[in-house]
Amino acid sequence: MASNAALAVLQSAGRGRARRREWVAVLGRAVRTGRGATGLAIVGVIVLIAAIGPALAPYPSTSFVAAPFANPSLKFPLGADTLGRDVLSRTLDGGWQLLLMAAVATVLGVAAGAIIGVAAAYFGGRWDTLMMRAVDVILAFPQLVFALLLVSILGPRIWLIVLAVAISHAPQVARVMRAAALDVCERDFVRAAQILGMPARRVIRREVMPNLTSVLMVELGLRLTYSILVIAGLSFLGFGLQPPTASWGLMINENRIGLVANPWGVLAPTLLIAALTIGMNTLTDAIARASLGVGRRADDAVLPGLVVAGAGQ
Amino acid sequence: MTADSAGPAAVSGAGPSRLSVENLQVLRAPSRGRASVDVVDEVSFRVLPGEVLGLVGESGSGKTTMALALLGHVRRGLVIGGGKVIVDGRDILPLSPRELQRMRGRQVAYVPQDPSSALNPTLKIGTQLREVLAAYEGDGGRGERLTEMLAEVGLSTVPGILDSYPHQLSGGQQQRVGLAMAFACRPQLIVLDEPTTGLDVTTQRRVLETIRELCRSYRVAAVYISHDLAVVAEIADYVAVLYAGRLAEVGPAREVFGSPAHPYSRRLLRAVPSLDRSQVLRGLAGQPPRPGSRPPGCFFQPRCEFSLPECEAGPPPMTEVSPSGHAARCLRAAEIAALAGAEDGPAARPAGPGATAPLLDVHDLSATYGRKTVLADLTFTVPGRQCVAVVGMSGSGKTTLARCLVGLHPTWAGDVSFAGQRLTAGVRRRSRDQLRRIQYVSQNPYLALNPRRTVGQIVEQPLAHFEKLAAGERYERVVAALTAAALRESFVDLYPDQLSGGERQRVAIARALILEPDLLVCDEVTSALDVSVQAAIVELLRGLQHDRGLSMIFITHNLPLVRSIADHVVVMNGGRICERGTVSEVLEAPRDGYTAQLLADVPKMTVAVGEG
Repeated sequence: MASNAALAVLQSAGRGRARRREWVAVLGRAVRTGRGATGLAIVGVIVLIAAIGPALAPYPSTSFVAAPFANPSLKFPLGADTLGRDVLSRTLDGGWQLLLMAAVATVLGVAAGAIIGVAAAYFGGRWDTLMMRAVDVILAFPQLVFALLLVSILGPRIWLIVLAVAISHAPQVARVMRAAALDVCERDFVRAAQILGMPARRVIRREVMPNLTSVLMVELGLRLTYSILVIAGLSFLGFGLQPPTASWGLMINENRIGLVANPWGVLAPTLLIAALTIGMNTLTDAIARASLGVGRRADDAVLPGLVVAGAGQ
Repeated sequence: MTADSAGPAAVSGAGPSRLSVENLQVLRAPSRGRASVDVVDEVSFRVLPGEVLGLVGESGSGKTTMALALLGHVRRGLVIGGGKVIVDGRDILPLSPRELQRMRGRQVAYVPQDPSSALNPTLKIGTQLREVLAAYEGDGGRGERLTEMLAEVGLSTVPGILDSYPHQLSGGQQQRVGLAMAFACRPQLIVLDEPTTGLDVTTQRRVLETIRELCRSYRVAAVYISHDLAVVAEIADYVAVLYAGRLAEVGPAREVFGSPAHPYSRRLLRAVPSLDRSQVLRGLAGQPPRPGSRPPGCFFQPRCEFSLPECEAGPPPMTEVSPSGHAARCLRAAEIAALAGAEDGPAARPAGPGATAPLLDVHDLSATYGRKTVLADLTFTVPGRQCVAVVGMSGSGKTTLARCLVGLHPTWAGDVSFAGQRLTAGVRRRSRDQLRRIQYVSQNPYLALNPRRTVGQIVEQPLAHFEKLAAGERYERVVAALTAAALRESFVDLYPDQLSGGERQRVAIARALILEPDLLVCDEVTSALDVSVQAAIVELLRGLQHDRGLSMIFITHNLPLVRSIADHVVVMNGGRICERGTVSEVLEAPRDGYTAQLLADVPKMTVAVGEG
């Protein structure tokens, strides 16, 4: 009997997980919409280029194989750059570092921001004030200027750039997460856990966070777009990956003097960054819309009349 | 009652009715893969000038859909499928949107449920009233009409009301402003959608009186929609009972409440607690069928105690019970109506277990919010195995008291001892034993359960925190708690959004029970529920208290409910206790003026089942 019951618990837990991982549901719904599918396709293609590009590059990205600003030809499909390196090879090779840095910076920044924001909402009072005023101070600096400040003081090191971008994200994420968490923290099921004397960490992890996953996903997508722009912008300004490394941001800077001679040196990385940003934004938008629909059934039940009214959609 | 209201003309005859609804049908528009489904169907009734028709129904019965259809409006996704809504001889359903707009306000007015959201928060009351007059009457004689409007709804004595903003008025005053607007242009028909829900009983009584007087003096026909049977009994001349989108019963209020002819009305009336008697409340098992899943026969048949095999065959016709227009959609209507006088009234509540030594002793409890004192010098005791009701209007500090006791409101001072040991303010400093023995069930079942967890996970949570048990043993305890709360084992795998309000509240109760507490603090646990569900929950709690020797603090604003569940009562007003004693002492012979006033204002069902 006992083992049967235990089995039932395990099964029920397993089913629950399979059925109700909210982020899976949200992603699934988002991707099934036209908007989400388009976004995912664009992002997918560019991530693929960045990931397997280095292996496909016809020439080493740092060797001088042609005349400076050579026009596109069969041998060099996108021509050559300011120093006579193959633009195609440099483009294929120059994405993975940018994307990796952006991803790490985003995860760090969103995680830090979420922790600060949710903690501020949960504990409230003095803690809330203290954390949010600190956040306001960082918010006072424009994101790019803040990163520039750190990098120009401490030097252009990769980990520093990642850290600077992460820190510049955290306050904005904290604001959003705090607003969302305030609502959840007020609900009675959080109180029900509190009166059992559960430690705050566990209440936040088990009761509050599962209700914030969709907000968190939207933030992740949005911040990833910003990270890409800021990191590419930093390399354009000369802080970031240093020559002769291939990097999309750096390429735009190096080749802009030859824009007329061989525009591909600038155009190829620009188009890729633009497409990635647009794709990411489209996908995030679809996720945001899908996540609005996920909580819907629960809300319907509060106003049973709406079940009927909303049924037409 | 007026002479004509007793006559047969009112519902079935051919009198000059103000409003006549014939076979109204509202459909859910067909959409991707879903056939069109009737939400409201076969609804017919009439209202004479100066009379009030009470439209009664539980949540999901189609009340608000009906109300809006009377204005020629349907919510998105719905369409009017057929029938007529005739106001003063003219069918309004075929009118163009322009004509409807002209008609609304002038001929048909609407008073929504929540006055605070119906008034524009950024405009002064005077401006909003003038707008109404300007829109419907042009510019003529505004000043006089304004004072007249205010006088009609009893607001002329409020100083500076025209220069106030909505948030500066109380809920009752806001609702009166809404009434003033609705009556401003002397409409022929006024539709009131639960206008007193959320108001205190005293305010509710005054608003109801205002509505009655206005309808009488201006010969306005009113449709008063409510889930509260006692309020309808108080105001309505005629009653129409809505069940699953169809009228179950119509008739003069006296007859419907005195000798209900439909099994549903009968059960509904039995679920209403009475201020005069301590009785067993009987809820209704199951749920009303939703649009699209309604049975082919009588909609009520699956829940009906009188059902016959014929009931499943097809929808029963409206059967007239008496010549006054009393009719019910039931094959056995006449038989059921005749039952009322013959059988005994609701069973009296059996005596609870005897009291033991005080479990909770509250002495001089005072609580503050910031610098504001919200509770002052509360002193009372909760005897073991007894239920103490805490009653009071909104803002009296009831909920703060509950939160102090369970440890959610840490800023209080005073001596509170639980089972002989001192109870500290915050949860943090309470012993595990104290935390386990005091459990809390909160007001709103829709907010009380984490939507991302299954019922099993929710109920199991307190157990996982307090006791290290093997999975199998834990599962058995979960099932035992669910069974105690009258839920089946199969609920373990469901998520809260798959449950009805009553089921959710049962899950919340199961979560509180699993630790086998000694004191259960229930904060308005039934206020968000329908009356038939409320009855079932109250009976469940009473049974638990009896069987497990549980002590209970039952917080409510519903005085009749106190009769049915509590042994002692504490009346609170403005953060202080103004009276306490046993239920019969306080409710039968109140010593405090405030308690007496509260009791006088409670709407009473003057005609109850089985009293004859």
